[in-house]
Amino acid sequence: MTPLNFLGAVGRATLSTLGAAGALAIFALTGLSHVVRPPFYFRLFWRAFINFAYFSLPVVALTAIFSGMVIALQSYTGFARYGATSAIANIVLISVVRELAPVLAGLMVAGRVGAAMSAELGTMRVTDQIDALRTLSTDPMKYLVAPRLLAGLLALPLLVLVADVLGVMGGFIVATLKLGFNPHTYIANSLNFLQWNDVALSLAKACVFGFIVSLMGCYYGYNSRGGAEGVGSATTSAVVSASILILSFDYVLTELFFAR
Amino acid sequence: MTDAPKIRVRGLVKNFGDKRVLAGVDLDVMHGTSMVIIGGSGSGKSVLLKCILGLVEPDAGTIEIDGEDLARLSSRARRAKRAEIGMLFQNAALFDSMPVWENVAFGLLAEHRVTRTEARVTAAEVLAQVGLAASVGDLSPSELSGGMQKRVGLARAIAAKPSILFFDEPTTGLDPIMGAVIDGLIVDCVKRLGSTAIAITHDMASARRIGDQAAMLSGGRIVWQGAAERLMDSGNAMVDQFTHGRREGPIQMELRR
Repeated sequence: MTPLNFLGAVGRATLSTLGAAGALAIFALTGLSHVVRPPFYFRLFWRAFINFAYFSLPVVALTAIFSGMVIALQSYTGFARYGATSAIANIVLISVVRELAPVLAGLMVAGRVGAAMSAELGTMRVTDQIDALRTLSTDPMKYLVAPRLLAGLLALPLLVLVADVLGVMGGFIVATLKLGFNPHTYIANSLNFLQWNDVALSLAKACVFGFIVSLMGCYYGYNSRGGAEGVGSATTSAVVSASILILSFDYVLTELFFAR
Repeated sequence: MTDAPKIRVRGLVKNFGDKRVLAGVDLDVMHGTSMVIIGGSGSGKSVLLKCILGLVEPDAGTIEIDGEDLARLSSRARRAKRAEIGMLFQNAALFDSMPVWENVAFGLLAEHRVTRTEARVTAAEVLAQVGLAASVGDLSPSELSGGMQKRVGLARAIAAKPSILFFDEPTTGLDPIMGAVIDGLIVDCVKRLGSTAIAITHDMASARRIGDQAAMLSGGRIVWQGAAERLMDSGNAMVDQFTHGRREGPIQMELRR
């Protein structure tokens, strides 16, 4: 490959990436603009919200509990070497609330809800249902995308609040039943250590991650092409891109909140 | 009926990448006329309909409805104009997340013309017009046969009493008897509403049943237009090759890409 060819390939890849980012940004802004402009489809929002929040509860709850339990065990193993086991309640709390609950809940709903959104919208696209909406005086962005974006934005914070509590409870179960911690002391340590900005960060991350999950699910589903194979690859892209974006934005938000 | 066409298309061009699908389509469809457009697979028939519907943005050319150039209208006026069009999609494109009655009344509910209770009554009336019992309204689209799905699609297209109706291959995938039934319903609905209709089809029997006028799209242009009853003896070499299904003739099918 000559240097000129190499530069050409880099240039094409850059332009393609910028084009895709621009298309995604326009899609997101258009979807958000429909969230605040009537008519509003409350029934569709409620259906998406219940699907996002209520039906994701078991998987998010189990993930949070086991993560809290593992953190308690792992930190005990490490901290015992330095005689600092009294910090375990604080470590579990800060790990779960600041990091594990929002990130793992985000990843779980990306796999469960984001994939389902993408598959549903993708199927509607390849079976002409989205075109049919437009012929029936209905804007598909308003009818299909806006309710899902709003549901993601509002539902994940609720899920993460539950995951925060259950994750800490997981650590509590292991610490008291297996490691011999005093329950009252464990709870008192956790509550004393908890700061409001930890919860605020958790909820801020949850809002952003919920929006990302809905956005990627809708974007790839809405723009899918080419029948069953297209729907399948749209679903894969939605989950993979949402997962990567969640991890990237996790760093960005943590940096914004705590790197001062 | 007036002398001006209900739908006038001039110089319509649409490219997808390097492929020119429509290369300057000119077409007039008069008030109250049923126009059938025939043409090979990939000749751009569906793209032409989608351009008129606003689902695909043409690269050049004009589309007029009732003498008004859609491109010159405000977006609100354009939407209102296109709301006059009802469409029966090739695979019916029913919304599988809602029951049949809600599919049928979707356009009425979307425009807030009726309450849900009224919509349900209207849906039952429209279902009756396409030969379906009111009880079908409670079923899910996935519980219907292909022919019933087409009827429900037709009911949805006519529910808002549109002045223009489009039919995209209405008999594809149906047996000949059900195809004839659907054609009969289409003719009845168009006459009852006094609508102007465009149908695209490969099915010559269907074309002659539905159409007053016919046109053939080939190479991205209208190559012949005339009375639908003349389709089988049009005197045009392309139309004759197509309607008689001959391999040899002026139309060369692209077997390799």
